[in-house]
Amino acid sequence: MQLTVNGKPESIESKDSLNITALLEELKVKDALYVTVELNGEILERENFDNTTVKNGDSLEFLYFMGGGR
Amino acid sequence: MLTIPQSIIEALIDHARNDFPLEACGILGGICSVVSEHYPMVNTDQSNVHFMMEPKEQFAVVKNLRGKGLSMLAIYHSHPETPARPSAEDIRLALTPDVSYVIVSLAGEQPDVKSYRITAGVVTPEPITFN
Repeated sequence: MQLTVNGKPESIESKDSLNITALLEELKVKDALYVTVELNGEILERENFDNTTVKNGDSLEFLYFMGGGR
Repeated sequence: MLTIPQSIIEALIDHARNDFPLEACGILGGICSVVSEHYPMVNTDQSNVHFMMEPKEQFAVVKNLRGKGLSMLAIYHSHPETPARPSAEDIRLALTPDVSYVIVSLAGEQPDVKSYRITAGVVTPEPITFN
């Protein structure tokens, strides 16, 4: 499956269908609990990571939570 | 080492002052550790002790930078009343890899701007070159 991840082509081998949680694991994204995902221009709610699958040609963006405090 | 134009340093301080007493936050972009872009962001926490950026705004900035052939180089925020040192929460939430963490402090008589690299909880001060 060919995806675009953060603007770069990414090839996921031997996968016909993959949900977002599994994709984050496949891509070895650290601290995935703090990652926001945009799929084809739409920001996904975290509770939908498990029931949202990616398909060939999809474009994804990952960003970490940006915050802090005293 | 992070190189930041004097005009952007002044813009960071202005942002911190304008948002006082709340924490201000934003993103710096550029290439090869040389900052050329400044994106003030909304602190959705609207707090004087916390900041949080809006993901939609973050994605827009990253794409804008990418379109210019640039990268996100630093995440900055202000400490309205405390020194320019990362707090325990700043360190714990420094999750974005390969960026600098810039803090603008308004605690002293003069504003203080410092930069750090923070990796897996380890904080390393980073010199800033002003140009």
